[in-house]
Amino acid sequence: MEILLEGVGYSYAENTPFEKRALTDVNLHIPSGSYTAIIGHTGSGKSTVLQHLNALLKPTEGVVMIGERKIEAGVKAKDLRSIRRQVGIVFQFPEQQLFDETVLKDIMFGPLNFGVPEEEAERRARELVVQLGLPDEVLEKSPFDLSGGQMRRVAIAGVLAMEPKVLVLDEPTAGLDPRGRREIMDLFHELHVTKNLTTVLVTHSMEDAARYADRVAIMHKGRCMVTGEPKEIFSNEEQLGDYRLQAPRSIRLQRDFEERTGLKLESISLTEETLAKNIALALAEEGRGSL
Amino acid sequence: MMEKMIFGRFIPGDSLVHRMDPRAKILFVFLFIAIVFVANNAIGYAILLGFTLLVVFLSKIRLYFLINGLKPVFILLVFTFFLHLFFTREGDLLLSIWVIDIYEEGLRQGIFISTRFLVLVFITSILTLTTSPISITDGIEILLGPFKKIKLPVHELALMMSISLRFIPTLMDETGKILKAQMARGSDIGSGPMKERVKAVVPLLIPLFVSAFKRAEDLATAMEVRGYRGGEGRTRYRQLNWRIADTLSLVLLAGLTAILWYFRT
Repeated sequence: MEILLEGVGYSYAENTPFEKRALTDVNLHIPSGSYTAIIGHTGSGKSTVLQHLNALLKPTEGVVMIGERKIEAGVKAKDLRSIRRQVGIVFQFPEQQLFDETVLKDIMFGPLNFGVPEEEAERRARELVVQLGLPDEVLEKSPFDLSGGQMRRVAIAGVLAMEPKVLVLDEPTAGLDPRGRREIMDLFHELHVTKNLTTVLVTHSMEDAARYADRVAIMHKGRCMVTGEPKEIFSNEEQLGDYRLQAPRSIRLQRDFEERTGLKLESISLTEETLAKNIALALAEEGRGSL
Repeated sequence: MMEKMIFGRFIPGDSLVHRMDPRAKILFVFLFIAIVFVANNAIGYAILLGFTLLVVFLSKIRLYFLINGLKPVFILLVFTFFLHLFFTREGDLLLSIWVIDIYEEGLRQGIFISTRFLVLVFITSILTLTTSPISITDGIEILLGPFKKIKLPVHELALMMSISLRFIPTLMDETGKILKAQMARGSDIGSGPMKERVKAVVPLLIPLFVSAFKRAEDLATAMEVRGYRGGEGRTRYRQLNWRIADTLSLVLLAGLTAILWYFRT
């Protein structure tokens, strides 16, 4: 499903002394089936953009197209639930949304709201718990008895159980340990490929953006400044600096390596793995199999 | 709607009212609450209303914003008005529609009571809108100081108050956040039959309670690690100073009382 933002502006608490402009003239195209990363400095408007993607916020200016549906500033929109069924959002610290008696019931909450039959919802919940690497026993436990990391996984399962066509992720791994982070991000990527999802990832981690996304958009002071492929975005370090961002570690290391050895690597390394491969290749070409 | 609520919010500013000593403002509000009951006729209530609008004007808080922010209160106000209108059975019968009889006294009472309510809500809102929670607490603590002699835990009371005031906006924001998260999961609080709506409140309230308790615990720990152990021997970083304008405000209030008394019937 495709999402298109055209000239979107948004102010919080409009017409009060607390009015705060969050977005100005944002134009963003999220093609169907893409994995788009939205990056930007703190307070750049990333999270506000994200809430427009399933009509939780209505633009105060401009138009948002979600699939066939059009959300326009100043026009009353009806039946937003049908949009929300198709666009699932994993919010920052989603474990705050847990409430039900058991993990199973909590995961089934979303699907049941959208009219999925009970058996089907339960089947999905059981399957997701396994996929997210949780032991079976947690299903009957209270979500409040789990560890922080487990709660996060349950909350994520609660969104995935809705089987949305578009998955919007707001810093889904913030505060998790490095291994858990990687596992969850890998799972999202796997689902993106196998279920043919459209994924939008809002993140501070340039490494995640470089590793998983096929498109990157930079937000700065409430505007969407650039969109492009990760390779072009992350190789332009000057531009990144302008928006107070930094290239991913692997690219910085690559620059360092090139400077010190005088060797030029073949392509830009978006991940540590490609960097290692590139270095090995360059060294082999130099005729120095090993250092 | 959540961000429009103004209970317990503080809008920083530099108006005459903002600059007043919090002790003066608190005294002013409490005395005003008492004085409101002096008015007992149309002139009295008109003067009260005019006086209130003058205070709002001096605080440089836009009236539109104040009215908008107090919308939930107006529901109560309208309810009070109709309660008096329908159930007071004194004076001449003005109107009789079907089973509803409206008496002169009912109309009068309805208007007076809701005006009284309105001025009270306005003045108390102006207090919290123009005074930071910290100043309010400082003011209350000093004003209640004498009661320490009879073992009233003044410091603790002031602290409790400032903490609750401080957390109103935080809880509001949190409510908004959780509401959105549940809406994204298809919960729909704003529509559907009553039974469904009530059921939809549960997924909102439980996470809210959980996080409120967690916050309270975190706050207690944070205070303890920084060595907090009550008001005993605690010195003050923020000094309050009483100025001419503060005295004048109380004089003004005395003037208002005199005028109201004069017109009282």
